[in-house]
Amino acid sequence: MAMSASEIEALIKAAVPDASVTIEDLAGDGDHWAATVVSESFRGLSRVKQHQIVYAALRGRVGGELHALALQTSAPEPGTPA
Amino acid sequence: MSNPVFERIQADITENPVFLYMKGTALFPQCGFSARVVQILTHLGVPFKTANVLEDADLRDGIKAFSNWPTVPQLYIKGEFIGGCDIVTEMFQSGELATALHEKGIAHEASA
Repeated sequence: MAMSASEIEALIKAAVPDASVTIEDLAGDGDHWAATVVSESFRGLSRVKQHQIVYAALRGRVGGELHALALQTSAPEPGTPA
Repeated sequence: MSNPVFERIQADITENPVFLYMKGTALFPQCGFSARVVQILTHLGVPFKTANVLEDADLRDGIKAFSNWPTVPQLYIKGEFIGGCDIVTEMFQSGELATALHEKGIAHEASA
């Protein structure tokens, strides 16, 4: 069962409230997504930790129901609004 | 550590400086994400060993729990979890992967 972009975004934002989330449907099939998540709370964390926070937000769906999610995470650039 | 799969993973990543958990083998990857990481490591000229999670359900579940990471491939360098396909690709493109290998004293051919 595929997930919608708004479901993915809502789950991420529930766990990382300040996150700016951009979601792209890579294949147009509702099954291969790319998400970019920018949050001040990521500052100083390794990429692995940042991704683990997003995976935890998606509560076990990545690799199962959410077949493919290409993920990019970062803290906002200094001086750029998130 | 009483879980035998965890003990095996710990031994693999301790004994091999660069170790990749993947779907398929380096010669015949069975997933595009695994194939991409193999391609990057090959491009950098790094010697690496792999384990095929498709041949071993215990390992497939075990590595996800061990790393607290839901997907495969997973790359380990000198016992440290580096990331999956997205992170490895990002680090390769920025040159950080070559730097990390260099800093960890692992010989490789070219930088990005």
